[in-house]
Amino acid sequence: MPADAQVHGHEDHHDPRGFFTRWFMSTNHKDIGILYLFTSALVGFIAVAFTVYMRMELMHPGVQYMCMEGARYTAAAAEADCTPNGHLWNVLITAHGILMMFFVVIPALFGGFGNFFMPLQIGAPDMAFPRLNNLSYWLYVAGTSLAVASVLSPGGNDQMGSGVGWVLYPPLSTSEGGFSMDLAIFAVHLSGASSILGAINMITTFLNMRAPGMTLFKVPLFAWSIFVTAWLILLSLPVLAGAITMLLMDRNFGFAFFQPAGGGDPILYQHILWFFGHPEVYIIILPGFGIISHVIATFSKKPIFGYLPMVWALIAIGGLGFVVWAHHMYTVGMSLRQQTYFMLATMVIAVPTGVKIFSWIATMWGGSVEFKTPMLWAFGFLFLFTVGGVTGIVLSQAGIDRAYHDTYYVVAHFHYVMSLGAVFCIFAGIYYWIGKMSGRQYPEWAGKLHFWMMFIGANLTFFPQHFLGRQGMPRRYIDYPEAFAYWNTVSSWGAFLSFASFLFFIGIVVYTLTRGARVTEKNYWNEHADTLEWTLPSPPPEHTFETLPKQSDWDHGHTH
Amino acid sequence: MAHEKNHDYHIIAPSIWPLVGAVSGFTMLFGAVLWMHAITPFMFWIGLVGVLYTMFAWWSEVIAEANGGDHTPVVSIGLRYGFIMFIMSEVMFFAAWFWSFFKHAMYPMHTYFGSEVEMPDIHFVDPFHLPLINTLVLLLSGCAVTWAHHALVHNESRKDVEWGLLIGALLGLFFTFLQGYEYAHLLNHEDWTFGGIDYYSNFFMATGFHGAHVIIGTIFLFVCYFRVRAGHFTPEKHIGFEAAAWYWHFVDVVWLFLFFAVYIWGSGPSHV
Repeated sequence: MPADAQVHGHEDHHDPRGFFTRWFMSTNHKDIGILYLFTSALVGFIAVAFTVYMRMELMHPGVQYMCMEGARYTAAAAEADCTPNGHLWNVLITAHGILMMFFVVIPALFGGFGNFFMPLQIGAPDMAFPRLNNLSYWLYVAGTSLAVASVLSPGGNDQMGSGVGWVLYPPLSTSEGGFSMDLAIFAVHLSGASSILGAINMITTFLNMRAPGMTLFKVPLFAWSIFVTAWLILLSLPVLAGAITMLLMDRNFGFAFFQPAGGGDPILYQHILWFFGHPEVYIIILPGFGIISHVIATFSKKPIFGYLPMVWALIAIGGLGFVVWAHHMYTVGMSLRQQTYFMLATMVIAVPTGVKIFSWIATMWGGSVEFKTPMLWAFGFLFLFTVGGVTGIVLSQAGIDRAYHDTYYVVAHFHYVMSLGAVFCIFAGIYYWIGKMSGRQYPEWAGKLHFWMMFIGANLTFFPQHFLGRQGMPRRYIDYPEAFAYWNTVSSWGAFLSFASFLFFIGIVVYTLTRGARVTEKNYWNEHADTLEWTLPSPPPEHTFETLPKQSDWDHGHTH
Repeated sequence: MAHEKNHDYHIIAPSIWPLVGAVSGFTMLFGAVLWMHAITPFMFWIGLVGVLYTMFAWWSEVIAEANGGDHTPVVSIGLRYGFIMFIMSEVMFFAAWFWSFFKHAMYPMHTYFGSEVEMPDIHFVDPFHLPLINTLVLLLSGCAVTWAHHALVHNESRKDVEWGLLIGALLGLFFTFLQGYEYAHLLNHEDWTFGGIDYYSNFFMATGFHGAHVIIGTIFLFVCYFRVRAGHFTPEKHIGFEAAAWYWHFVDVVWLFLFFAVYIWGSGPSHV
């Protein structure tokens, strides 16, 4: 690494980077990408562990585990008398949402894969602002620390943590005691700053550092998806920062943005939050769309169908994402005219999304489809994301939403698009690229077993929740009447199976990184994995593209 | 040594500042929470010092790299893109304040059916006294910066550049002083409260956040002033200056929106 040595005047020619320098002072997009992936996996483990505990509680009617007498963890302990501790439940559900939204999925897809592969796919030697890139990462860690601190510090009801739901709606969020809520607000501030700086970095890299000859419509789809996502982050997250700053002022300085007593309006918060919150949904899923496009093309042994419509669909989804926010709040008393508009605009999103789904199917059509693990995940994604999309169309109807609002139907819907959508994309990406990133390949049987466990587990968890929602079971409650018991038990078994698959996955990663078969080829799939990362050794050297790639390295003439 | 690097992009050596900055940021915000809950102010101040020191050290490094020739034409373009997007994100930040302001101005809660909120009589600021002067001060400051910019680009005397920047920055300080005077007057003599009702909340949030940006922009202009004196800028290469000027104009434009929306339109029909 001569460039570094030159600046720092180091004399060591072997590997001058010590452990601390490499991982704590990094200015290398690949190392930072790895850091993002590991950290988000760790946070993901925490957030998923919370849900397992919640599903334990929901497995049977009545409250057995989350008791005022102290939290219990075993079936034997659950026999004793129990005074329900609703606050603990609320804290867990809040923490699960905040952690998953801000500290798991965005960092994994946008921070992890985006950092590692976007520069490689466009042939850039690194990010435009490598040092800023590392600030994004460390601010993410700082934000995570604040979020975890928030769970453990004095909050509402004279207990630990804040239990207001991840959307932080006032007046609950402005009136809850303790300082847990304030820490959560600052956690989101830091994560927002991290994401905005990351977005600036990604956009600049994309615009300014593409390989010679790589015009905009020759850029691979994953890089495009990161670019569009970055715009959504850049334009929506500052608005969220504004909303939660107003919350902070209301809580601590006697301001009255959302306090009805001072002429403030709690519904205003919902509008501003969802102006961010809906683009956020696409921030989470768009990078996944990018990954899926490459995986499906590779394992169908065909170039992606309809490259250009795919790009424009990404852009259209991104743009439409900004004008549909109030479909999250049909029940707050908006005029019929407003509801009609938001309904219409929401349904329009199905058009570009349909373009993507059908293009993926058309890519497979007539292809020689090979069900390697990444393709299984992509296939699972395609099927389940479509299910989630279709329930989304159902929920977009203001009239139907009257009945479904805040029921388990909504929970089922958004877990189908996020858990079985975005998380499946993360796994597809890991199995697709782990050989490239680590230089070692996962055992194929283990990847497939992981997929089937997770596929069955996640469907078992969330499909019954559609039924529960249709029966009228409200979300965010620690307990439920006897009538909902059957499908809740099924759902809990699904959650345990999913968690087992997650533990198995951790084992696969550890095995792969330490004992996995070494990857000898640059391209260990086939010639349809034709983006620039497949022209590099596995793992890629510290500095890639010291000499910029030639057009013949990446331009295969079939991108549109 | 750089025998392998065959491109003009900037590959940066490992740096400790991101880590130090993030730890300081954590300390500062955790400290802010402790302070807000009247536990201790110290942690906040320690964090703030860390954040400020990180900014100073980090940007000193950037300046050293610029002077060392790392900012090739393509890197310069990237820096400009980056700064433009930073300003765009700031615009969206202000969008939240304006959203809240317009909502409360156009659909005030106390007019809703069934509302029991009683709004106090608000002594509105006369927009054509201090706020108008402030508008002129800020616009004049923008002119001075533009004067400096032209002097720099057309390679006229360094003195013109220095004077333009100095006047621009001093006018920025003057704006802050006038704004502080206005706040003190409103709170002490016009029965305003800091927060309390929606109008005051929106007023202080929007103008206060803008005021913070004026202070940041003023510091940025002062930094440029000292960099001009140190001879850092050339007619072809002066990205730091450009960024400061863009930022300053952004602050200007936000003020114009505040002036027309919050001060003139927001103070009721009597002034229009």
